Amino acid sequence: MGQTIIEKIIGHNMGSVQIKPGDIVTVKPDRVMLDDIMMPFIADKFHEMGFNKVWDPDKVVLIYDHLVPASQQDDTRHYQAGDAFAEKYGLTHVHRSDGICHQLMTEAGYVKPGDVVFGTDSHTTTYGCVGAFSTGIGYTEMAAILGTGALWVKIPETIRIVIDGTLPKGVMSKDVILRIIGDLGADGATYRALEFTGSAVDEMTVASRMTMANMAIEAGAKCAAFSPDEKTAEYCGIELNGFYKGLKGDEDAKYVQTIRYQAEDFRPVMACPSQVDKIREVRELEGTVIDQVFIGSCTNGRLEDLQAAAKVLEGKKVAPFVKLIVTPASRKVYEDALACGALKTLLEAGAIVTHPGCGLCCGRAGGILCDGERVVATNNRNFLGRMGTAKTEIYLASPVSAAACAAAGKIVNAEEGYFG
Amino acid sequence: MEQFEGKVWVMGDDIDTDIIIPTEYLALKTIEDMKQYGFSPLRPDLAAQVREGDILVAGKNFGCGSSREQAPEVVKALGIRCVIAKSFARIFFRNAINNGLLLIEQPDLHDEAEEGDRILVTVNQHIEYRGKHYPITSLPENLVEIINAGGLVKAMRRRNGLEG
Repeated sequence: MGQTIIEKIIGHNMGSVQIKPGDIVTVKPDRVMLDDIMMPFIADKFHEMGFNKVWDPDKVVLIYDHLVPASQQDDTRHYQAGDAFAEKYGLTHVHRSDGICHQLMTEAGYVKPGDVVFGTDSHTTTYGCVGAFSTGIGYTEMAAILGTGALWVKIPETIRIVIDGTLPKGVMSKDVILRIIGDLGADGATYRALEFTGSAVDEMTVASRMTMANMAIEAGAKCAAFSPDEKTAEYCGIELNGFYKGLKGDEDAKYVQTIRYQAEDFRPVMACPSQVDKIREVRELEGTVIDQVFIGSCTNGRLEDLQAAAKVLEGKKVAPFVKLIVTPASRKVYEDALACGALKTLLEAGAIVTHPGCGLCCGRAGGILCDGERVVATNNRNFLGRMGTAKTEIYLASPVSAAACAAAGKIVNAEEGYFG
Repeated sequence: MEQFEGKVWVMGDDIDTDIIIPTEYLALKTIEDMKQYGFSPLRPDLAAQVREGDILVAGKNFGCGSSREQAPEVVKALGIRCVIAKSFARIFFRNAINNGLLLIEQPDLHDEAEEGDRILVTVNQHIEYRGKHYPITSLPENLVEIINAGGLVKAMRRRNGLEG
């Protein structure tokens, strides 16, 4: 019988075993990602479990991003815990100030198609953008993997999402995934894999796919999957061999559901406070006055996002009462955005450009909001209190929409206002 | 048959991990330090009011959002005996099991339950509330093994010959 992408990846990991949804199996991760927030807890659990050796240090990547640079005195304790653990167990893949974990895992070549990857952050689903099976876990399970090199998983059912056609101008992959989350609901894909396919998906850059895989978790999904293609191969620096090419859903694969979209039907949308699945078209929200705009995060802090924002803001100024905070997802994105002039355009428009990292997205630093403030943001969660106090309002949007709102000082539809 | 009774706290759908424990408190040293902030964005007074053995009843998708394992640890540290919800988010579910926090999926109780009332739970069988029985199903075998071992840490200690 045919198989979905995720079934193929897990079956391959187990040594070409035929598996089916619902099976509980043990996989051997190709990579694991540890982040700074969880590091002290991972180390404690690892020692409490009685391990004295990491199963394969080369497969372990440690990334400081949530707490970089420290915003509270105690944050440095997390680097110390990480550095001590890395030294003791011989971890060499350690990034102390290079950017957000999910950006780095693919950008720095740690993940390739067909890999099985676990990380101590829920947005680990991101690596589905290159055709890997990746998902978030807690620190206790990570500690167990570090000791044993194995973890149990339940094979998820797969929802196939087919998007054919061409997206309208000014509509980004962020608008696409927000619409899909709105349609599925915040728990609509719980325990399931989301497989994205169709001509509109083929047309997307790896960066755009990354935005969608990143947010699969917001519909509750265990993971996301895109078939590797030539763009993936170029991004990952690999040859597209037979195995990689075969990582696509078979015609006779069993999907729990297939949802079809016509790309031309998508519109700029936002997720309204405080639910990721409360999706409205931007035109319905027009006129809502805002205090701040955030362009960044592992969802939308890549070069194409900053370039799209720069294009909207070229020759314009951010509204005087609005703070526009731009946070490149990684050091490389920062450098590339500098080199191509996107950062200059954004700075001239009045943006505050911050160091790469998680920053404002997780409400720890770099522009946290206070009671009564409203933000349009390109990150992935608008939960109560996520970016400041519980009495703030977060609207999630694409970089194009966010940039347009920054200039207008209120929610506006970039589709009409800037792309006519 | 394991049975317990407790006072219920009632919450809605999609109670996310940022509500259970906001990111700003995640770098505190211990779960004990964090627990006073449990559920603070939504119910700032709750952490101080919860008593050992209380039961949390919620709607669908409890624990959605982040993979932070501090979330189930904080719930447990607050003394909450178990969480009964229409459904749970996936990562939270695994993390709770690994920490020995009992989760029960029950589709109907949430619609009836009123905060402050008491309910009687018979594990793996049913919940009794206002004279009515609400059935519950048991967990998959591999998860029961982890719980029976006393959580994943203890299961690994046993594997490493540190516990019998």
